[in-house]
Amino acid sequence: MLAIFEIGLGHYLTLAAVLFTIGVFGIFLNRKNVIIILMSIELMLLAVNINLVSFSAFLHDLVGQVFAMFVLTVAAGEAAIGLAILVVYFRNRGTIEVEDINLMKG
Amino acid sequence: MMTNAHDYAVAAPEIFLAAASMAMLMIGVFRGNGATRLLCWLAVAVFAVALMLVLQAPAEKAVTFAGAFVTDAFTSFVKVMVLIASAAALVMSLGYIRNEGMERFEYPVLIVLAALGMLMMVSANDLIALYMGIELQSLSLYVIAAFKRDSVRSTEAGLKYFVLGALSSGMLLYGCSLIYGFTGATGFDAILAAQQGQDHASIGLLIGIVFMCSGLAFKVSAVPFHMWTPDVYEGAPTPVTAFFAIAPKIAALALFMRALIVPFFGIAGDWQQILVVISVASMLLGAFAAIGQSNIKRLMAYSSIGHVGYALIGLAAGSAEGVRGVLIYLTIYLAMNAGTFACILCMRRKTGMVEGIDDLAGLAKSNPLMAAALAVFMFSMAGIPPLGGFFGKFYVFVAAINAELYALAVIGVLASVVGSFYYLRIVKVMYFDDEAEPFERPIGMEMRAIIGLTCVFVTFFAFYTAPFVAGAQSAAAALVP
Repeated sequence: MLAIFEIGLGHYLTLAAVLFTIGVFGIFLNRKNVIIILMSIELMLLAVNINLVSFSAFLHDLVGQVFAMFVLTVAAGEAAIGLAILVVYFRNRGTIEVEDINLMKG
Repeated sequence: MMTNAHDYAVAAPEIFLAAASMAMLMIGVFRGNGATRLLCWLAVAVFAVALMLVLQAPAEKAVTFAGAFVTDAFTSFVKVMVLIASAAALVMSLGYIRNEGMERFEYPVLIVLAALGMLMMVSANDLIALYMGIELQSLSLYVIAAFKRDSVRSTEAGLKYFVLGALSSGMLLYGCSLIYGFTGATGFDAILAAQQGQDHASIGLLIGIVFMCSGLAFKVSAVPFHMWTPDVYEGAPTPVTAFFAIAPKIAALALFMRALIVPFFGIAGDWQQILVVISVASMLLGAFAAIGQSNIKRLMAYSSIGHVGYALIGLAAGSAEGVRGVLIYLTIYLAMNAGTFACILCMRRKTGMVEGIDDLAGLAKSNPLMAAALAVFMFSMAGIPPLGGFFGKFYVFVAAINAELYALAVIGVLASVVGSFYYLRIVKVMYFDDEAEPFERPIGMEMRAIIGLTCVFVTFFAFYTAPFVAGAQSAAAALVP
């Protein structure tokens, strides 16, 4: 009975997979706002971190947690650059609606 | 073999580039945007020094930073190409950034940082090193794409590139996390050791490899992850497009090869089929989608998707011969694209830059030399002997046939026939259409030098094929066990 409630590696991987999928869908299904896309990207990277840390714990190997630290750092830099590009784009265009980003097509 | 955990000499070119980029940033901060031209030439000098450091490194395999960083004949071969491509792209931009008001000192610094990221990608021997290299390169490229910051198209290109690039990094990372979880290691050699004696991947590892492949396919812009390419190529400032088309592609393809062949050599059958599909789809899309284009930068984007498809044939073969084919292909691809983009950068009238294919009409009369050079590049891209492009295709097709991938080789040849249609159309427009308003002359010494050198290289490749094949052969032997 107790075994059912014990949280194993599979639960963590499922959680990460669900979060990752939500992140990907957030990018593709979102028709409104680019900021939401930035949030979805963060969600994907955090899902990866859950994966890395849980593998690291279950393998008794620290490398996964080191990897997660690197991912966190790069994610911060990525968000900064993404927001900077977004601000420059907004100054030119006056909107950040996803549907309006359509100057080039085909 | 070097086993010292921290042997900095192995990473000398990268350390030099990192230090030089910081020094350049300081010069820029204190001297302001007036120093841009100086910094551009300084960056070219920095690339030259890094090139010498790469060339004087010993050819045998050396690892450092606890196995995360590797140099061998393969990395040297690719790094030489990446450095030459970066320097050429920078020299090409000199005139453009002056005329278009893009003369800000960050530009050369960002190019140096992107090149540093590419060198790290080429030398990565560990999933963490792979990720850090890719991100250093990508983050610099996002900014360079949006560098013309008062242009809507440039910033839109930067935004699109950022969103899709970040998505691909996410997929790549998810794949890396699964590979780490199911093999218990991040080093490529340790991953190989973990699957000792298996000839098929476990399902978790396989999913990891698929995610990693899709992330890397994004970076080389292979179908079905190509959708960012035409928009970014069209929107980004032209010299930036030239840079995108040559340097990052070469580095990403080299990384693609190492990240599949070194850690997953034992289970090659599992990933080969993925690459066959990607390769066929890229060749076909590159051939058919380019037909209807009227913007030459967009056309070059589809053309580069097609070229990646041909290069991936060699990787799909998974043999030393295939890797050799890819390296030869990339060498010629570098020359053809550098030359073509130098020609595109000369398409300037009094009103500004133009990029329509129609604008090339009658170029043979107004500027016969440039028309001839562009015609050589187009014939070479179509793969017509005895130009360089033919040899590039020849060596990958031979590898595919020897690996018994007959269907792949046949589709490749057919796609290249379809592809010649749009290359030849450009030649037709230049030579047989009514003359349009001529472009501004003169085009500048550096452009003439680049067009001339690449044109000679592509035209006479048949006469010095042997040293390139030998170099690519030893590079491939260093990668494939």
